[in-house]
Order: sequence, then C-alpha cells, then structure tokens
Amino acid sequence: MIPWLLVGVIMISTITGDLLQTAEMKRHGEVRFSNGRLRRSLGVLGRPFLLLTVFCMAVSFFAFLKLLTVADLSFAVPATAGTFVLETVLAKVFLKEQVDARRWAGACLVACGVALLAL
Amino acid sequence: MTEHKRLSSKTRILTLVVVFTQALGNFALAWGMKHLPPAFTFTPLSLLKVIFNPWIALGITLLILWMLSRMALLSWADLSYVLPVTAGGYILSALIGKWFLAEQISGTRWAGTLLIVAGIVLVGLTQHNTTKPVAVHQESAEPVEMLS
Repeated sequence: MIPWLLVGVIMISTITGDLLQTAEMKRHGEVRFSNGRLRRSLGVLGRPFLLLTVFCMAVSFFAFLKLLTVADLSFAVPATAGTFVLETVLAKVFLKEQVDARRWAGACLVACGVALLAL
Repeated sequence: MTEHKRLSSKTRILTLVVVFTQALGNFALAWGMKHLPPAFTFTPLSLLKVIFNPWIALGITLLILWMLSRMALLSWADLSYVLPVTAGGYILSALIGKWFLAEQISGTRWAGTLLIVAGIVLVGLTQHNTTKPVAVHQESAEPVEMLS
C-alpha cells in the first residue's frame, strides 16, 4: 500500500512540476544565450510557478528516496515510468500541444524502455 | 539561416547538453558517494561536508546546469517533445555505469535501450514546437519567434 502511495506522490509532483515549468517558460518566451539576454532570462527563476516547480521537484526527489527504502529499484523505476505517457496526455490537454501518432508511439516506447532498463 | 533551421539546431544542441549534464551529473554523484570515507554517517554535519567533496560538488553543479538547460529548452520546445528526446540520459547513464562503475547490462536492459532509441527517433522526427506563438519576452518587450 505505502509503495503505491509514494508512486502516486512521485507521479503527481513530477507531472505538476513539469507542466508548471513548461507553462512559465512558454510565457517567458525563447531563452537567448547572448550575454545581456541570458542575464535577463535568469530573472525568470523567481517567478511563482518556477518556485512551485522547485518545490514539486523536491517532493518528488524525497518521495523517490523514501520509495527506495521500502521497495526495490526494479519496482520504483518502472512504476514511475508512466509519467512519460501521462505527461504527454496532460501536455495535450492543458498546454494545447499537438501530439501526433509518432509522438504517442515515441512516448509509449520510451516509457516501456525505461521500465525495462530497471529490470 | 532560416528561423526554422536556427531553432532546430539550437534544439539539437541543447538536447545534447540536457542529456549529457544529467548523465554525467548522476555519475559524478554516484562516484562521489561510493568513494566516501568508510566512517561516513548520514548526520546533517556529515552531509554538509559531503557537498565539498569534489565529485559531489561537480555532480551538483552539473545537475544545476541540467535543470537550467532543460528550462531553456522548454521555453520554445513542447513538453511532449522534450520528455522523450531527453530520455537518452537513461541510456548514457547505463553505459557510463557499465564502463566506469563495472555495472552489468542484461539482455532486458539492452532491449529497454533499443526501445528508448526507437522512441527518441520517432519523436525526433516531429516538429519541436506545435503551439502557437504565445509569449513576448516581457523584460525586453521583444517578440518571440516561434515556428508557425
């Protein structure tokens, strides 16, 4: 029961963090690497969505560490690999990204591949 | 160079940066943690000292660079594009583990690696941005070029 609760916490925090991060960075616009522009872009780090992103990443990281104390790595990695597919679904719904068949297939292949890597 | 080519090249370069900084950062952390003094304990003071271990410091620096480069990539590329194409980090980590940490790669892991490569190739064939231009660089009020 506890391992699956932790998997839920990891998936929700990872997905929320990635969606918030993408939304904020898209709102900021393309980051340019010329000196002055890059310095201005670093100002984005203090925005509320990105601070929430860092919080979500920290929750995900510590929940993953906790998961490793109650379950094997061969359970932890495959169980959380579903984020690839779920995030693709949510990117389509909330970020209005156009996900064609190749992207669906690619996300599913990567999720299966990551799951196999842990076995 | 057209706008499309410029952004495509930038996407490829930054994808490589994201993949390498993540894999090398994780390797540096793993190497540093495996070579800690035998008397190491997980007390707050010991953990603070660990940060100044050169390998751990290098790992943390690389992972900060990973986070910043991924953020930059997401400023113009789709999340549903970035997630699969940067999964190459898993493969690189497995190879680094085999070469430098003497870890075994089983047949199942090689199969997983092949699936990831196939997924990356498939997603890599799609456009990196499918959303409409949504942003104006707020600090400079400069229009942001996105793919149409």
